[in-house]
Amino acid sequence: MPQLSRVNDFVIKFANVNGSGSASANMLFAKSILRMGVPVSPRNIFPSNIQGLPTWYEVRVSEKGWLGRRGGVDLMVAMNQQTWDADIAEIESGGFLFYDSTRPIPASKLRGDVTTLCMPLTAMCNERYKDARQRQVFKNIIYVGALSQLLGIEREVVSKLIAEQYKGKEKLLQPNLDSLDLGRAWASANLPSPFELKVERRDKVGERIFIDGNAASALGALYGGATVAAWYPITPSSSLAEAFQKYCNKYRTNPDGTKRFAIIQAEDELASIGMVIGAAWNGARAFTATSGPGISLMQEFLGLAYFAEIPAVIFDVQRGGPSTGMPTRTQQADLISCAYASHGDTKHILVFPEDPKECFDLGAQAFDLADRLQTPVFVMLDLDIGMNDRMCEPFVWDDSKRMDRGKVIGAKELDEGRPFGRYRDVDEDGITVRTWPGSHATRGSFFTRGTTKDRDAKYSEAGPDYLENMTRLERKFETAKRLLPQPVMHPASEPTTIGVVYYGSTSPAMDEALTLLAAEGLFLDAMRVRGFPFSADVAEFVLSHDTVFLVEQNRDAQMKLLLVHECQIDPNHVKSVLHYDGTPITARFIVKEIRERCGRAMPVANGKVKR
Amino acid sequence: MTWIPRPKFHHASLVKNEQGCTRRDYEGAISTLCAGCGHDSISAAIVQAFYELSIAPHRVAKLSGIGCSSKTPTYFLGASHGFNSVHGRMPSVLTGANLANRELIYLGVSGDGDSASIGFGQFAHSIRRGVDMIYIVENNGVYGLTKGQRSATADEGSTMKKGDVNTDKPIDMISMAIKLGASFVARSFSGDKEQLVPLLKAAIEHRGAAFLDVISPCVAFNNHAGSTKSYDWVREHNEAVNQIDVIMDHEEMVLEQAPGTVEELAQPDGSVLRLRKLALDFDPTNRVRALNYLEEHAAQGELVTGLLYVDRDPKDLHHHLGTVGTPLNSLGESDLCPGSKTLASINAGLR
Repeated sequence: MPQLSRVNDFVIKFANVNGSGSASANMLFAKSILRMGVPVSPRNIFPSNIQGLPTWYEVRVSEKGWLGRRGGVDLMVAMNQQTWDADIAEIESGGFLFYDSTRPIPASKLRGDVTTLCMPLTAMCNERYKDARQRQVFKNIIYVGALSQLLGIEREVVSKLIAEQYKGKEKLLQPNLDSLDLGRAWASANLPSPFELKVERRDKVGERIFIDGNAASALGALYGGATVAAWYPITPSSSLAEAFQKYCNKYRTNPDGTKRFAIIQAEDELASIGMVIGAAWNGARAFTATSGPGISLMQEFLGLAYFAEIPAVIFDVQRGGPSTGMPTRTQQADLISCAYASHGDTKHILVFPEDPKECFDLGAQAFDLADRLQTPVFVMLDLDIGMNDRMCEPFVWDDSKRMDRGKVIGAKELDEGRPFGRYRDVDEDGITVRTWPGSHATRGSFFTRGTTKDRDAKYSEAGPDYLENMTRLERKFETAKRLLPQPVMHPASEPTTIGVVYYGSTSPAMDEALTLLAAEGLFLDAMRVRGFPFSADVAEFVLSHDTVFLVEQNRDAQMKLLLVHECQIDPNHVKSVLHYDGTPITARFIVKEIRERCGRAMPVANGKVKR
Repeated sequence: MTWIPRPKFHHASLVKNEQGCTRRDYEGAISTLCAGCGHDSISAAIVQAFYELSIAPHRVAKLSGIGCSSKTPTYFLGASHGFNSVHGRMPSVLTGANLANRELIYLGVSGDGDSASIGFGQFAHSIRRGVDMIYIVENNGVYGLTKGQRSATADEGSTMKKGDVNTDKPIDMISMAIKLGASFVARSFSGDKEQLVPLLKAAIEHRGAAFLDVISPCVAFNNHAGSTKSYDWVREHNEAVNQIDVIMDHEEMVLEQAPGTVEELAQPDGSVLRLRKLALDFDPTNRVRALNYLEEHAAQGELVTGLLYVDRDPKDLHHHLGTVGTPLNSLGESDLCPGSKTLASINAGLR
């Protein structure tokens, strides 16, 4: 039977039951490979449930640094009887199956083209530990020990990570190390060595860090100067607000215990965005974190913020929709509901981070944009980057950077006699001057309202006042195009008439797909969109290519809809590549789609083409 | 509707308060509500209260939702920033504003539709959190701005303008506020300036969630026989202890009521409104007693007015959160941004 044989390039997947404590053990496993200097990208695939349902942890090991989901599994660690059949079916031909052999598995449940590695895990735990909880928790560490031995991960790397994890809780350290060694010793005596899948020490990680996008966004908000956060728990965004709380407690607490921030867990998303708008109206930098259903609930308020011109930052960690949809799966399907949120003619600013690094950068920048443009700014994450640890460039901050609070005037300017009219376009960039409440005894006050008003904020339903306001808002969004993060261009290494557009979490799969396609002789210029409304470069890129693919993770081609509408591009000119089953898009998928749509056939190993 | 600027003319006889402001400095634009609307009496009482307390108008932020009541912040405190937000959501906007700058006074104006129906949740949670604010519900038991639909505070058995009878149980905003932990709870009548102004002043000085339910009859849609929040009904059901001063059909009407009495006024349809004004010796520091008192008198068909409950040592949201004394909106980079060195150590912890 031919076996896969790979060094630093394989996928291992853990099939577990949630609530069994496997998450931290699996994370330990992934991080130990990273410490071996080999890039990994782990992904949690979990149900909307706390205990008893299947959960998976997929670790892609890639010396080349591909961080997208690959698809397929080379080594399955099957710890869940419930999902056995599907898990076994997912293993690549020639792959491996590691399972708990305490209970015998009939041969009919195994695959002839898959090598089995069995370990009597439960029996070993039952023998060693009396307590049920211990049996469960240490079982996880034992299999990590066995796998680390099997794959060639150094013991010191794993033991150091365990020591870091139990720093200050030394009583727990030794039992964990004992379990690790138990697993390693058993594997050494009973499992094949050398094994076909290997982790070998490299220096391919460098300075890069390992963090999830939600925590990175929270750090961005911390550095961006957010002081008020209001949120309502919703998967997959809750950990963003919780991380902000954690960072604020650590970095924004005075010696006397007083806090330079305020975080409210609101009663719902309507209250969350209401608080954000109230706080920003009153001069604080404020944000909320939510997901699709929350965006739906916030619609009315978002229209108010657009029309009354109040800054707000919304981190939308997208999940599978519509309705409750797939709460624990990923999609990029909130573009339309964010870009044109609320009734009437509205438009909103969107930015699309590709990884935790950009979650930090754009997360911080979002507050400058919101203040400068006096309007809501959406940071469009998704579950894939929000909730999974991802290797990325380290965070950088320029200490000379100052917050851009936008066109705010206070007592000084008002005393100097500067004329004030809240909605007067004095600079002709569509952005008007505002004051914060309480700034001056007699000047600068105005009434904020969602109704139509004249340029001095007085109630008016007069057509000319309305038109002046609405056209000025259009002008403001023209200004926005210049301020937003610009698209990132990746020209092909050879001249081509084919272009591909993508955004957000599609990035790592796209990077890999472009390399794979180029290896087949299919060259594409690529453009990663980072902001909406689009800068002129975006339309220019699309129009300058004969064929343009737009890769996105939703059914209805939402980015394409924005693009053809906003840039007045012929819809037939843009070909959608859509992946929306809730799993992160893969390079394999992109390559297959683009290859077929370009009329190419599948290349085969001997250089001939299979038709 | 047209917006009419109020003349800037100041009469020489206007008396200045400690802020150097006259009563006129606390006024706003001319009201566009119906002549005789109870809400205008409440606006006048707000003007009076802030003037008498000598509070600088620009140190007040006035917020509202949507509806007739929510339009009123335009008609008082013209030098204050105002925010007419969305229907039923004033409490969250006010909460956020309060978090941003704890030094201003926050006045939330709402109605019974805005707070008892669409915004019931936000009303409840803002009270629970102890937001330092004056929360006024201008309560007329009817949707005025959409022309006469019933609200959730309309009494069971009351009839709407088109004659249909309300079979839903009414929500008593005051009992709710006490249950939810408001640290200042009072009810009054829009026309009873003698009672309303002192209650407003006490609420303004209260450093916690102060809730005021003000019965404010709608002259257009809920002032007919069968309504239980009409002027006639209220007058007929009022236990005289205070002075009721209402403007209806361009006429100012005054009703005097002494503390501890019930004013009872017969209506054309034969129903009777009973307003019980709290006696001077009523102890407003006992929540259980206040709730019982409300229930007992509600059973007798009486609407109790006055200060029902006050916590003399209130704790507000900022206290609960432990926020710094400096307003959050005035913190700068050095207060907020941990800087590049800290970021380097954060990076180091992520490898």
